[in-house]
Amino acid sequence: MSGARRENRGGRGDGPPGAGEPADRRLPDRAVAHLRAVADLPDLTGTGYALAGEIARGGMGTVYRARDLELDREVALKVVGPPDASGDLSSRLRLEARLLARLEHPNLVPVHDAGTLPDGRVFYVMKLVRGMRLDAWRREGPGRTATLRLFQKICEAVAFAHAQGVVHRDLKPENVMVGAFGEALVMDWGVAKVLGSAGAAAGAAARAGAAVVGGSDDAPIAGALPRPGGAAAGAAPSPSPGRTSERASPPSPERTGPTTAPIPGTEPGAVIGTRGYMAPEQARGETERVDGRADIYALGAILHFLLHGRPPGAAPGDASPSPSAPGVPRALDAIRDCAMADDPGARYPTALELSADVDRFLDGLPVAAHRENLLERTGRLLSRHRALVALVLAYLLMRVALIFLRGE
Amino acid sequence: MRNHRDIGGGAGGGGGAGAGGGGFPSTRRSAVLGARSEDAAERERSLETLSAAYWKPVLRYVRARWGKSHEDAQDLTQGFFLRALEKDFFAGYDPAKGRFRTFLRTCLDAYLANAHDAASARKRGGGIAHVPLIAPGGGDDPDARGGGIPEDALASSESQERWFEVEWIRGLLELAVERLRAECEEKGRATAFRAFERYDLEDAGEGRLSYETLAAELGVPVTTVTNHLALARRELRRIVLETLREITASEEEFRLEARLVLGRDPD
Repeated sequence: MSGARRENRGGRGDGPPGAGEPADRRLPDRAVAHLRAVADLPDLTGTGYALAGEIARGGMGTVYRARDLELDREVALKVVGPPDASGDLSSRLRLEARLLARLEHPNLVPVHDAGTLPDGRVFYVMKLVRGMRLDAWRREGPGRTATLRLFQKICEAVAFAHAQGVVHRDLKPENVMVGAFGEALVMDWGVAKVLGSAGAAAGAAARAGAAVVGGSDDAPIAGALPRPGGAAAGAAPSPSPGRTSERASPPSPERTGPTTAPIPGTEPGAVIGTRGYMAPEQARGETERVDGRADIYALGAILHFLLHGRPPGAAPGDASPSPSAPGVPRALDAIRDCAMADDPGARYPTALELSADVDRFLDGLPVAAHRENLLERTGRLLSRHRALVALVLAYLLMRVALIFLRGE
Repeated sequence: MRNHRDIGGGAGGGGGAGAGGGGFPSTRRSAVLGARSEDAAERERSLETLSAAYWKPVLRYVRARWGKSHEDAQDLTQGFFLRALEKDFFAGYDPAKGRFRTFLRTCLDAYLANAHDAASARKRGGGIAHVPLIAPGGGDDPDARGGGIPEDALASSESQERWFEVEWIRGLLELAVERLRAECEEKGRATAFRAFERYDLEDAGEGRLSYETLAAELGVPVTTVTNHLALARRELRRIVLETLREITASEEEFRLEARLVLGRDPD
């Protein structure tokens, strides 16, 4: 090195002097900016897709708007973003694609395609969701009933995933899209955890990069997964009022001691999730203890956000993020508090139980999470039977008026 | 799933991206770690790599921050890397304490301050009064401020760091472009590089050059132009990542630097 440097001392270029070094080729700022951008674009040569723009950039990957040239439609294309020497992010993206491909549900984004780009990056293609994020939707001020109905759709999607043995682990308003037709779509399953022995197989397959088509591990992930409560894999059961006694019951054996397949990079001790929406056990990095009830906690936090318009308290595990705000019924805050209980065993055992309690509130029925006093019960009954109460009042008023007129 | 692709990273695609699920090689040795090797030859090789990657940013920093002429800046840059080899500057780098880039700039500032003090002392014949460091952008060659750098661009430690970072990115991309040029020439892909040069370097997103115009200019179909561009960009990305792999010490530092260089600035 030193010899070469000395020989070329005083060279005219400002590059490192050396044989064959070109003269100064200082890239202008605009060229630097352009190269930084285009060098990161996914190379879609030969894939049948054409790039149309960037939608979002996250920790694991970047989502682009692309056009499916064969079917002539717009799609969303997710590509591993940062360089990934260990292959962990690629494995996560593969597993996310596989999970979504198996979680066929109206409130989950369908995956159309997956593979590896010519530049070596893993990608998958999904439906392009036209709508807005839940946090933006909330800012538009939807009514309470519409908000709670939407929340129930989120619960149903999560319940379905749980029935397949999949825990999302990063539920938050930013990961829920509200579609153009008012549908809720739960996104970003990149840090999901698969419970059960099939999950271990799925994780291993993803790490090994085994092919989906014709691969020996091609069996559906859900096939051998425990189904908490015996729920059918293909369809999430509808909310079932009247099962409130199970709310505080201990979790099922499948849930207390699952074998787990952490997605690469999410090994025990790793803290996965978002502050404010993370269950306490999740925030403590107790990966082995994280199961569907961690998602229940996050759903409670989302409910808080929807009710109050802001995230719960910053401290993870804060079961009482804030006092009840004026105008928010105590029953709804009680539902939130139950979902966000510090103790996983004190939370709703399933997302459907949570949804069912919200349903009871909407129907004017007592909710399982809240023991109401006489005044509240009276108020609820009056509110529930508003038309009847109005008729009775009108009748009584008329009678009083008649008595008064006769008396005169 | 379309059967011409698979979801696995092992066999699918491949292209020129090399091994690794993320599309870049993971086998390159870190020159930063090599600079701390017990083996003198390994240390020298590593320093050669580091000096190639850092030469331009260091040279430009010397000119801009210390106001040196081009010739003096060349001397100081060369002196810095020679001294680094002789004194094993980089052996003191601890990856746990920060990025290598920051460490190198700190070493450079110390080296330049010493060089300046020594030169001042010689001028004064032993020196009595304290001579302050040259003001940012000032010095013995006001015309050599690295191309119209505002006076306050290097006023603070943060702005110096930021400026060095920008020049480091520029230097890295320049190096990658030169390597890409050499590779294309070697592999008979001169037209591909020419397309890249015209579209991505000269037009650089200005929108004055269309694919059609470039295709007519090069005498190839439009699809060939887009294929050439895709290939050149893919190779550029590979070269950048390979270089980054060599000049970073850990996986975390590599990721951080790669995120910085490719795409948007970090939030």
